[in-house]
Amino acid sequence: MYKYDPIDQQIVNERVAQYRDQTRRYLAGELTDEEYRPLRLQNGLYIQRHAPMLRIAVPYGLISSKQLRKLGDIAKQYDRGYGHFSTRQNLQLNWPKLEDTPDILADLATVEMHAIQTSGNCIRNITTDQFAGIAPDEVIDPRAIAEIMRQWSTFHPEFALLPRKFKIAVSGTEKDRAIVQAHDIGLEFYKDDQDQMAIKVWVGGGLGRTPILGTVIREHLQWQHVLSYCEAVIRVYNIHGRRDNAYKARIKILVKALGIDEFKRQVEEEWAHLKDGPLTITQNELDRVAKYFEPMPYKTLPAHDASFDAAVASNPAFAAWAKRCVQPHRVAGYRAVTLSLKPHGKAPGDITSEQMHVVADLADAYSFGELRSSHEQNLILADVQLSDLFAVWQQAHAAGLATPNIGLLTDIICCPGGDFCSLANAKSIPIAEAIQMQFDNLDYLHEIGDLELNISGCMNACGHHHVGHIGILGVDKDGSEWYQVSVGGKQGNDASIGSVIGPSFSADEMPGVVQRLIEVYVRERQDEERFIDTVRRLGVAPFKAHVYAEKETA
Amino acid sequence: MSQLIQLAANGQANIVADEWTRVVPPAAGEESVRKQAGKVVLFKLTGEQTYTAEQIASTDIPATGKILVPLTIWQARKDELQPRLVAGELGIILATNETAEALQAEFSDLNTLPLIAVFVERFADGRIFTLGNWLRTRFGFKNELRAIGDVLRDQLFFHKRAGFTSFLVRADRSAADALASLNDFSQPYQGGVADVPVWRRITRA
Repeated sequence: MYKYDPIDQQIVNERVAQYRDQTRRYLAGELTDEEYRPLRLQNGLYIQRHAPMLRIAVPYGLISSKQLRKLGDIAKQYDRGYGHFSTRQNLQLNWPKLEDTPDILADLATVEMHAIQTSGNCIRNITTDQFAGIAPDEVIDPRAIAEIMRQWSTFHPEFALLPRKFKIAVSGTEKDRAIVQAHDIGLEFYKDDQDQMAIKVWVGGGLGRTPILGTVIREHLQWQHVLSYCEAVIRVYNIHGRRDNAYKARIKILVKALGIDEFKRQVEEEWAHLKDGPLTITQNELDRVAKYFEPMPYKTLPAHDASFDAAVASNPAFAAWAKRCVQPHRVAGYRAVTLSLKPHGKAPGDITSEQMHVVADLADAYSFGELRSSHEQNLILADVQLSDLFAVWQQAHAAGLATPNIGLLTDIICCPGGDFCSLANAKSIPIAEAIQMQFDNLDYLHEIGDLELNISGCMNACGHHHVGHIGILGVDKDGSEWYQVSVGGKQGNDASIGSVIGPSFSADEMPGVVQRLIEVYVRERQDEERFIDTVRRLGVAPFKAHVYAEKETA
Repeated sequence: MSQLIQLAANGQANIVADEWTRVVPPAAGEESVRKQAGKVVLFKLTGEQTYTAEQIASTDIPATGKILVPLTIWQARKDELQPRLVAGELGIILATNETAEALQAEFSDLNTLPLIAVFVERFADGRIFTLGNWLRTRFGFKNELRAIGDVLRDQLFFHKRAGFTSFLVRADRSAADALASLNDFSQPYQGGVADVPVWRRITRA
């Protein structure tokens, strides 16, 4: 992964000093709440329901064992001994003290980490596929460009106070796992007909209050121009984006208001002034950064391993885990392992300090000391030998990190919700936990198969409920918490926004509602059809009918 | 003590006396707080009218000395202001809801103006940075570019990199304290109007 040079380290150190002084001035009464707000937000610090929340950046989801250990120590020293992985691949601490945050940032800086621009109306952490660099279907490894973009966007002098937050995702695979269409800018890397790296640029996607899938603004962009093109897009947005109403301030609203043709015209006009200028990425710079992302020193291994095959044959629990939590790898004899942060009955994405240390040790022993976080809120050991899988499973299992539910109904994407977040209209974690307990029979869970269930505690959609096969949205009705259900959402290349099936439900109805949706699916599915495919084939009507029929007779 | 920070040619920042008198239109008569979708409207949108005809007509313009005049007042009263321009006593204030193109339409050579100020009503309005960048790069403005209005020290580093050469710090804050903020970062990653990205400045191992 990328290693800081003296310049990177100096920027982070200077940020700590700057933020320390900003916080000192705030605590001394020299800065008002309103003035301190964007400053702290651009350092990842929210003021939340119970305490501040600090969001630590994990650029494009890549983290070293050393960094994870430090996060574990920080969570223990300054917080309550756990952290929460978010859908932007970042780690959140829910209980730090505001006065401690400069020290936390100083500690983070010792392991090349920071909380820069994890919040605020600026360019946020850039996300990508958690299998970048190892996925068998990868066309281009997007991580070097993502790192160059991280640097370009860090303290960008023009884009520190945009109309709203700005999210960029990059993907270089055939099968999109970064939801590029749900981002302000989505960059899809591919090889053009000259066999050169090129980028398809999507703009104006986003979930939240007004879910919209992005539109292609440019089919073919030479990689050298990615910074200047993004700069042109964001510049047009900075000037013309709405600032009068926070709910209408995202770029998607501007793109929709102007229409993609007019928006594109303005961007291209702006880009004409920037193209081939100093922002053009040089081959030297790409090479310099790319060398940090070169393939790991893999051994030459056979495609099969007898001990692994024997363990699968003799140990059903291991076999179930291997089926769900082990993903293919482009190098023979290697696999990626997803460590489930979704044990049943616990808050999805949460991890304790002790578990962070276990995971760091696993990474050191079996995966070149490196980890990834996924937007599904799990952790990945990307480079595990087949022959080591059983040992990894045993240790992960002992630490509660081996629930064999990756990609299944209980691998729920879930925001922190009303238990923590001051924006939330409703709790989300207890809903996730109740659904996980309802579907605690692993055999049944495996029989249901691939299913994505996403929960958000408010329309800001941090839990990506719009793109869940089943989406649950917490809503506030006359001061009490209700849940609206949608089906048919999907991430990936054929992304779709789910359809709301009808009136909302109370919290205690939710496990039953999900149960009834599954009943329709199990009754109607053909052959190996996944839940989402059944929904797409039949539409939402039969699901709606069954869910509400039961409700009326109840 | 003056609140004006000015960058010298060598990049040195100094607190200097402000020679320019800002022409401020009277407050609008009955402009109530506009509401939309339940949220107070905080910023004027780009292209929205900055001042009413009534405000423009009733604005007092000092008869002598260097004056900084809002673009809309120049547009409406240019006959009266033309001699001041010729005498080098006129600078223009661009609001963040106005465009660089509108300024260009009035002054085909922006360098006839000794001073352009961009007025930011609220510090959270980041349009000021793009306007600064455009004036310097696309429109070739070479004279003094000043940030005025709700200007706070924590934005000065960005202002500077977006081409501003002077900063009128908000009256209730210390300009002397603010000087330090101009050097918060020693080696930024990306280019600004006066520098190129780090990988073009320095050979990185």
